[in-house]
Order: sequence, then structure tokens, then C-alpha cells
Amino acid sequence: MEPMHSSIELSLPSRLGFEKIAMNTAASVGRIMGFPDDRIEDLKTAIAEACINAIEHGNKLDERLCVSVTLAMTSDSLEVRVLDTGTGPKFPVEVPDIDKKMHEEQRTRGMGMFLIQALVDEAEWVSTPSSGSYARLVIRLPKAQELQVK
Amino acid sequence: MADKGTQVKMEEIAGGAGQPITVLRFVGDITSTSQAAVLGTYQGLPDTAKQILIDFSKVEYLNSSGIALVIQMMIAASKKGQTIQSFGLTPHFMKVFTMVGITRYTKLHVDEASAVAAFPG
Repeated sequence: MEPMHSSIELSLPSRLGFEKIAMNTAASVGRIMGFPDDRIEDLKTAIAEACINAIEHGNKLDERLCVSVTLAMTSDSLEVRVLDTGTGPKFPVEVPDIDKKMHEEQRTRGMGMFLIQALVDEAEWVSTPSSGSYARLVIRLPKAQELQVK
Repeated sequence: MADKGTQVKMEEIAGGAGQPITVLRFVGDITSTSQAAVLGTYQGLPDTAKQILIDFSKVEYLNSSGIALVIQMMIAASKKGQTIQSFGLTPHFMKVFTMVGITRYTKLHVDEASAVAAFPG
């Protein structure tokens, strides 16, 4: 049996709302791969947040720039890369503290990276000064569901 | 592609003890562009509104910017001594709201009846 390797590439304009294309494409891929519904919802939200960060912060809402989204499938995982022309996020990832938010001691926004890390199996942010930066997200199939190509 | 936008309907219903409950029924997306719908609507409520019920059952898409607006509404309500209950989130967004801690300040109910029953009479 051959391991499966396939990829899909999207090029999105840097306009809020277009993250839905990446979300829905990833959902379709996830269903084909056999991910359960709850993991597909996790992936959709994580990808939405990564794309919104790329659109707003990486590409500064400049519609002349594109956000590149690559979905790469293997027999047991789906890796998504979201690439923009920016220099990458500032670290560390801000952990939302609802008590501080409710007392206006922490801004109400800024939960995107926290949600990404919480919803996928692997998340990292990579900066390459010459070509921009990307978020890399990975979700893995449960062992019994690994895809096989006969 | 246009953002779907946020529609909101406001109505008043009676709670278990006959007290007035203001219901905000959101429809569509709740995102960074929803400030007028979320905060603008809330700020337009009369000062007599003490119990506020948020209906998320027809919300199709929520992102972290939209959740931030919900938190801003909760902050404003807290300052006024208003009580908020919510219902209608999908299991996924109940999980996300729990992750960011919103459940410390409002309970997330599965349906309108249980949310209404949770308000003190």
C-alpha cells in the first residue's frame, strides 16, 4: 500500500471574509480524509484565525497582496501552511485572562494565536525574512483511521 | 466576496417570575465588522434593561474578533449590574467560549427555555 501525499494550494486576496474559502476547503479535505466532525470544526476555526492574522497583520489588509494557503495531506495528518508577506507574530503567545479582560487590564482582542494552539495538534510560526512568514498547523488522524491507498 | 454581516433583532420576553428579559437575537456572522450590531445595539438598550439574553442560535460564523466584541458587551453589562445569559452556540463554540473563559461570567445554555429559567426572578 502506498502512503498518500497530496496537496492543494489557495491564493486568497488580503480581505477579511476570504478566510472562509480556506476554512471550507480545509473542511472538505478533512471530511475526505475521515476526520470526525468535531476535529473539522477545530481545524476550521484555527485556519480562520491564521488567515485573519495573515490578512490583517501580515499583509496589513493590502488587497494587492495574497495570502497563500497550502493544505498537504499524508496518510495520517493534514498540514496547513498560511503564508503572508509580514515578519511574523510577536511572541510569546498571549494567554487570554478573562478576569483581566473583564477588569479592562488586558485587551479583549488577541486570542487568535491562543485558539490556534489549543485547537490543533501542532502549531508553529516561521519567519523567513526574504519571503515573509507562515503559520504551520497540523491535525492528525486517530491511529485506526489512517488513510490507505490500495 | 462580501462579509455576511450581522443582523440583530431585539425583543422583550417575560421571565419565570414575570420580570422583563431583553433578548438580543444575532443572525449571520459575528466578526470584527460587527461592532455596530453588537455594541451599538447593546448601547441602545434602555437603562431599565437588567436581564439580557443573547441568542446565538442563528450565528453562522464567529471568530476571535467577534468573541472580543461579546466580551466588551459583557464588560459594559457588568458595570451596569446587568445579568447576561446565553444560548444557541454550537458545541464547538461552547468549547471555544469555555477555552477563553467566558463561562466564568455567563452561562452557556443549550436552549432558550433553560437560559430564561436561569435568570433570578
